[in-house]
Amino acid sequence: MSTLAHVFEAEGLATIALGSMRNQIEHTAPPRGLFCDFPLGRPLGVPGDSEFQHGVLAAAFALLGAPEPVFAQYPISIEDDASEIVACTLPPRHDPDAHPAVDEARGLRNAYDRGVELTGNRGGTGRVVDADGIPSAIEAFIRVAEGTPWKEAGIPGIPARVSQDIRGYYETAALAMVDHAPSAWAGTRWFLDETETGKAILAARDAMRDSGEKHGLWFYLTPGDR
Amino acid sequence: MSDKDLKAMTADIETPSFETTAFTTPPPLAEATVAIVTTSSLHHPDQDDFAPADTGYRVLDGSRRDYVTGHWSPNFDAVGFAYDMNTVFPLDRLDELAEQGVIGKVADQHLAYAGNQFELSAIRMDSGPAGGRWLKEQGVDVVLLTPV
Repeated sequence: MSTLAHVFEAEGLATIALGSMRNQIEHTAPPRGLFCDFPLGRPLGVPGDSEFQHGVLAAAFALLGAPEPVFAQYPISIEDDASEIVACTLPPRHDPDAHPAVDEARGLRNAYDRGVELTGNRGGTGRVVDADGIPSAIEAFIRVAEGTPWKEAGIPGIPARVSQDIRGYYETAALAMVDHAPSAWAGTRWFLDETETGKAILAARDAMRDSGEKHGLWFYLTPGDR
Repeated sequence: MSDKDLKAMTADIETPSFETTAFTTPPPLAEATVAIVTTSSLHHPDQDDFAPADTGYRVLDGSRRDYVTGHWSPNFDAVGFAYDMNTVFPLDRLDELAEQGVIGKVADQHLAYAGNQFELSAIRMDSGPAGGRWLKEQGVDVVLLTPV
């Protein structure tokens, strides 16, 4: 992103670059850079808090007054202590013949639809798999976890993208079941650690890694530190 | 899993450096037209999704609110943007600043690129300058750049 700042500035535009990775924004050194020590994915800091967001923007626009390239750090940091998980009730078993992950995903459909009504579909389910296709996409990952080579498992697209759509489905459903903006990563931790589908995706990732698939194929199924 | 761990994991990714720093002096903010350029791969549902290693950009209509993220990296919290688009794309905040007279005008259109790039030459030499010229043609003076 800081690269674009350099390029745009050369085209006659004044830029302010926000950055959440200090080493990256310092090294690329955009003409006006504001390091905001916020979780990745939240460059304005706090969702649903317009006052906080205006504070960040005020600090950003203040850099326009500098007579030369400038780097600053926003004085407030937001730390993810890796503890919060959204408190979302998972649906009870409905179809005993279905895999628990598939049954779970079907049971969350109403919550997902409410989440879309509340917030839109910004999480991106539907890039390659729409909501109707999520259960069968999960079944494909279950087959991978059970030993089927991924190319034969019926994953309906590039595995990482399909996994993103499944994660987006769950995180959108979670938004319908909470009454506040979740802390950063609280929805993802819930998906990976609390749900049957999250466990299935992790198991598929392990199976692909252990069978020697290319790093890029399995690594991006989940956040990289898992 | 934590944000700290993910930042540590990606801290060694090589980033470009620039021998010289171009610097444009803007008009007074209260007279400036401001656009957002985000590297969060946003697009409208009726536009093409971003492909892996997509070095192009999408034009985002500021009168719409149906923005979808097409970023390929799983290494960012997507719930913040899902809950409130202003967490990444603070268009409502810019509209408020324009109403208050803090900024002159919010651009009618904005741009989105894909930030998960390891090969940046096409963006430095092609789509970056093209996007910059397009913004200039729209009368933009100031660009706020936001990542994920």
